Amino acid sequence: MRAEQRSGWLLSAPYSAFLIAFAIYPIVFAIVLVFLHWDLVTAPTFAGIDNVRLLAVDARFWRAVLNTFIFLGIHVPLQIATALALALALNRQLAGRGFWRAAFFLPVVISGAVVAILWSNLYATDVGLINRLLMRIGLAPVPWLTDPRTAMPAIAVMVTWKNVGFYVIIYLAGLQYIPRSCQEAIELEGASSWQRFRYLTLPSLLPQTILVVTLSTINGFQLFIEPYVMTGGGPLRRTYSVVLYLYNNAFSYQKMGYAATIGVALALIIGLVVFAQRRVIGRAEAL
Amino acid sequence: MRILRRVALYAGLTIAALTFIYPFLWMASATFKPALEIGSLSLIPQNPTLDNYRTMWARAPFGRALVNSVFVASTITLAVLVLGSMTAYAMARLRFRGGPILNAVTMAILLVPGQLTLIPLYTLIVQLGWIDTYTALIVPYLFNATAILMLRQFFLQIPQSLIDSARMDGMSEPRILFTIFWPLSKPVLSIVAIFTFMGSWNEVLWPLLVVREEHLMTLPQLLTVFALGGGAGSVGVSLASAMVLVIPVVVAYVFLQRNFIESMAGAGIKG
Repeated sequence: MRAEQRSGWLLSAPYSAFLIAFAIYPIVFAIVLVFLHWDLVTAPTFAGIDNVRLLAVDARFWRAVLNTFIFLGIHVPLQIATALALALALNRQLAGRGFWRAAFFLPVVISGAVVAILWSNLYATDVGLINRLLMRIGLAPVPWLTDPRTAMPAIAVMVTWKNVGFYVIIYLAGLQYIPRSCQEAIELEGASSWQRFRYLTLPSLLPQTILVVTLSTINGFQLFIEPYVMTGGGPLRRTYSVVLYLYNNAFSYQKMGYAATIGVALALIIGLVVFAQRRVIGRAEAL
Repeated sequence: MRILRRVALYAGLTIAALTFIYPFLWMASATFKPALEIGSLSLIPQNPTLDNYRTMWARAPFGRALVNSVFVASTITLAVLVLGSMTAYAMARLRFRGGPILNAVTMAILLVPGQLTLIPLYTLIVQLGWIDTYTALIVPYLFNATAILMLRQFFLQIPQSLIDSARMDGMSEPRILFTIFWPLSKPVLSIVAIFTFMGSWNEVLWPLLVVREEHLMTLPQLLTVFALGGGAGSVGVSLASAMVLVIPVVVAYVFLQRNFIESMAGAGIKG
């Protein structure tokens, strides 16, 4: 017993030390930083609630928050629709299911930096692959990343493309749990395939849909490398993300207190949004 | 009717699969095209050239970045497996005071968004004098809460009788872990290894913060800096540099796709 106690402490000691230094201390210090001005060169000075007051009226910050909501408004529904459609297709009797699944999952394993560089070229106005295709079928080229109206939607489509394979796997797992007996029963009732989808498949997949909504929302708030590489936050700051703003405050303007305040605010916003989504989806389920 | 439906299904799947694969094929072929040909939709270069690769290799230390990436990702993966197993073993199989607290804290940590701790961690690294060192790239990733919880879950299912008889034979706890538990835990160890390695291999925000010295940059960082800083100069060169990052991943993925999917989907859901 005493030996077990000692082994337990010894084996978990490195992790405990790590937790204190690299998890708990940074969380506590994030709160401390909110009340400091600090450029990392001179000594930090007490800032009171300056950082919070500034953030509350910082148009750039709120523009970035709004941009994220615009991104989510496109990305989340599109992600659910595409992932669900592909999962339903894969759930049939199929030759080479492993191949299709692996093809859909391919972009998930590729670095976001590579995907951003690749898609900058696909979206390029003059020589981009997408505009070449449009021109071939007689349409006018679209300045995807340089028009303030299309830049964020273009990024949202790209991120959906990158992650869809991941959500397909979640939906496929959910589809396996729909009991055969339920499917047979509803077929015997003479339900059309739309009715089967609407009244059996879709409600059965609610836990997966909640997961997809939550994960793609959290992921959306972390948007960084895409605008960093593809647009620098432009045009007209329409693709500026919160993490990009946080990064620039820390790295380009050396404002540690303010950057940490943005981080704390972002964590609170993520918590609130995910909580609100769960409430809404939970209520929809009750109907 | 039935046959028509099958044809439509396979046609749809083929279009979907092409949407995911074609851009990468186009990218690969573009790296062998001279600048004038880049815009063409064709996958086969008319005048194939290696100039893009030569230019890329000459202008920035991509060989060094490849070594850096392999070193950083391997070290982190090894640490997460060894140190994570020790922690998970203690949490799952040893009764000690503080064990349940450790478990609760680990689960709570997973709920904290990374953006919250990014700046405090960065200031910590600055104060420790770790800017522009491998230490800054490796140490904050030595442990991984998702990995620990996955390993713990798996270790809970291994029969107690194995531990009891090993203890009777006078085996120490670390020996029980590494000679009895590890061989039984290959599936979960490979899952943890893949998502840890891939996470580190693809990470770009953290290196951008803590490394400025070109020779210490990992591949995704150097690639980003190179493409943005105008060092690449042309599309072909910037895509050629992206290929250095992509090729090892795609080769591994082709052989181990089942494990990749299981690992990266599993980690995302748990994490």
